[in-house]
Amino acid sequence: MTAPATATAAPVLRVKDLVKEYGEGDAKVRALRGISLDVERGDYLAIMGASGSGKSTLMNILGCLDVPTSGTYQIDGSDVGRLAERQLAILRNRRVGFVFQSFNLIPRMSALANVELPLVYGGVAPAERRSRALAALEQVGLTDRVRHEPNQLSGGQQQRVAVARALVTAPALLLADEPTGNLDTASTRDVLQILDRLSQSGRTIVLITHEDDVAAHAKRVIRLVDGEIVEDRRQAPVDGQPPRTAASEPA
Amino acid sequence: MNQLEILRFALRGLLANKMRSALTTLGILIGVAAVILLVAVGEGSSQSIQKNIQRLGANTLTISPSFSGGGGGGGFGGRGPGGGGGNTGPRTQARQLSLADAKALTDRTLAPSVRSVSPVVDASSSTAAYGAASHTIAQFVGTYPSYFEAMNKPVAKGTYFFNDDVLAARKVVVLGQTVVEELFGTVDPIGRQVSVSGVPFTVVGVLKESGSTGMQDADDVAVAPLPAVQQSLSGFGSLGSIVVQATGAEATTAAQAEVTAILNQRHGITDGNADYRVLNQATLQETVSEATGTFTVLLGAVAAISLLVGGIGITNIMLVTVTERTREIGIRKAIGAPRGAILGQFLMEATLLSLVGGLLGVLVAFLGTRFTVAGIEPVLVPSSVALALGVSVGIGLFFGSYPANRAAKLRPIQALRHE
Repeated sequence: MTAPATATAAPVLRVKDLVKEYGEGDAKVRALRGISLDVERGDYLAIMGASGSGKSTLMNILGCLDVPTSGTYQIDGSDVGRLAERQLAILRNRRVGFVFQSFNLIPRMSALANVELPLVYGGVAPAERRSRALAALEQVGLTDRVRHEPNQLSGGQQQRVAVARALVTAPALLLADEPTGNLDTASTRDVLQILDRLSQSGRTIVLITHEDDVAAHAKRVIRLVDGEIVEDRRQAPVDGQPPRTAASEPA
Repeated sequence: MNQLEILRFALRGLLANKMRSALTTLGILIGVAAVILLVAVGEGSSQSIQKNIQRLGANTLTISPSFSGGGGGGGFGGRGPGGGGGNTGPRTQARQLSLADAKALTDRTLAPSVRSVSPVVDASSSTAAYGAASHTIAQFVGTYPSYFEAMNKPVAKGTYFFNDDVLAARKVVVLGQTVVEELFGTVDPIGRQVSVSGVPFTVVGVLKESGSTGMQDADDVAVAPLPAVQQSLSGFGSLGSIVVQATGAEATTAAQAEVTAILNQRHGITDGNADYRVLNQATLQETVSEATGTFTVLLGAVAAISLLVGGIGITNIMLVTVTERTREIGIRKAIGAPRGAILGQFLMEATLLSLVGGLLGVLVAFLGTRFTVAGIEPVLVPSSVALALGVSVGIGLFFGSYPANRAAKLRPIQALRHE
C-alpha cells in the first residue's frame, strides 16, 4: 500500500478528463465525455442527472467496479488506473464503501455475516470482526436485527445493513448509488438521516440521485447531462454542517 | 483471508443446494466405487483362476494326442529348403499315444527331469451304481498311483491303490467327493462295491474335496488302476493322455524338452509337426494370468469412464452454480474480495464435492468387496483405492477450475449487472 497522502495535500477523490465509451463503431455510445472533479475530505457530494446522463457509469468508475476508457482517477493520491487486480481488490475493500440501489446483500447470510464479509476479505480476526460489525450495525440502528437474513428484513432495513457493510471497514470514501431509489418515504428519511450523521462525523460521501429532496441534503451538488458536468453548486461549506441536518433533526 | 474462511464459504455454498450437491457427489461416488469394485472383482477372479490351475497339479506336463493338420507356425523350421509348404499334407505316420510311449518317458538317462509318468485312459460318462442309486461319473480315470501326486489329488479317507493293484489289474477305485455323495449319501463307502457299467469295483478311498473349477466339477471323478479300466471299460487301445511330473518347478521346461525329444524319436517326427501336444502347467498359468490381467484392465477402463462422467457432472453443476451466483460474485468483488478468494471458494466447492464423493465411493467399495460377486470373491487392490481417490480429487480440481476461473475473472460491474 502507498502511504496515504496528507489530508491537505490531496483530495480524497481526483478525477481528470474521464471518458467512458461503450460499444464499437456505429454503435459507440459515449457515456462520459471528459469529467474532471475533485472531492475534498469531509465533503458530501450529490451527483444528479436524468437517466442516461452517465451518473451511474461515473459512480461505478469511482467505486473501482468499472474502468474508464481514458482519463485518470486517484483515490487518496493513488492512481487507480495503474493498480493491479490484487491492489484494486484491497482498494475496494479498505478505501471505498459502496451502497447500491438494490441493496445487494448476499442472500441466506445473516445481517451480521453480511456486514462482517468485507472484514473477512480484509483479513481481520474473527473476534474483532464481530465487534466491529456489531458497532456498524448499531450505527444504523439495527442492533436487534443482526441474526436476520435479508429476506426477513424490510427494504429500509436491508439498505441500512448495506450502509453498515459499507462503513465497517472505515473507508475514506462512501459511495451511494441511488440509495433511496427503492425505498418508501419513511425508510428514505432513515437512510438520509444516517448519511447526514456520517457527514457530520467527517466521513466523505458521494451519492447519486435524481430527486431534489435527496440532493438537498448534500453540501455540494453536481448536475450531469449527456456525460458532462453542467452545474456545480455548493450548498454548504466542506467543513460545515450538512444543510438539512437542522431541518430534519426535530422531525 | 485464510483457508478456513474459504472452506466455510465453500461449505455454505454447497449446503445452500443440498439436493444438487448430493446428486453430484453421487456421480463421483458411483465412479470411484465402480473403479475399486471392478478392479477388485477382476483381481479376485484372476486369483481364483490361478488357484484352480495350481490345484490341477504342480510341475506337471500333460501330453495328449493331436490330430490337427499341423498348421502351427513352428512346423517350418525342421524342413529342408524348398519343402516348406508341404507339411500340411496328410500325415500317414500319425500315431496315438501308447503305453510304450509312457514307459519310454521313464528312462532316467534320457529324461532326468522327469519324476513320474502316469499313463491315463479316460472312460468318460460311465454310469456307476450302488444299490438303487446311480450316477454318471464325468471323469472315470484309469492310471498309475503316481497320478494322485502329480495331479495334486490327496485322499481324504481310505487309501490310494498301489502298484500291486495295477499289476494285478484289481478292480479297486478311489472316488471323488461328488460321486460319494451321489451314490452313498452318508454311508461310509470304503470297502463297498460299486458297479461301473456293470463291472464291480471296490471302493478303497475317497479323494479330498477340491472344489469346482468354474464349469467343471473337479470332484465328479473316479480313479482306478489302468489295466482294470482297460479291461472292463475302455479297451486296450491307445492312451487318452500321459501325465508327467517334473522333478521341480524349475525343471518343467527341461522336462518338456526331454519328453518332446523322446516322443519325436519314437513317433518318427522330424519336421516339428507333432502328432501330440504337451501342455505345460506353468505356461498355462502365465497365459491365463496375462488374459485375466487384460480383463482387469478392461473392467477398470469401463469404470474409469463412469468416473469421468461424474467429473463432467461436477463441471456442469459448478457452471450452473457460477452462473446462478454471478451476482453474488459481483457483490463479493465489490466489497473487496480478491480474485484468489473467489477462485479458492469455487475450487474448494468442486474439490469438496469430489472428495466427499470419492470417500463415500471408497466406503461403498469396501462394503461391496465383502460380498461375493457372481461367484467371485473380490480382492481389494490398495493401489486402486489410492488411484480412484486421487483421480476423483484431481477431477474436482481439474473440472472445477474452469467454472472457478470464470467466476474469478468476472469484472465486478459485469457480475453485478447479471440478472
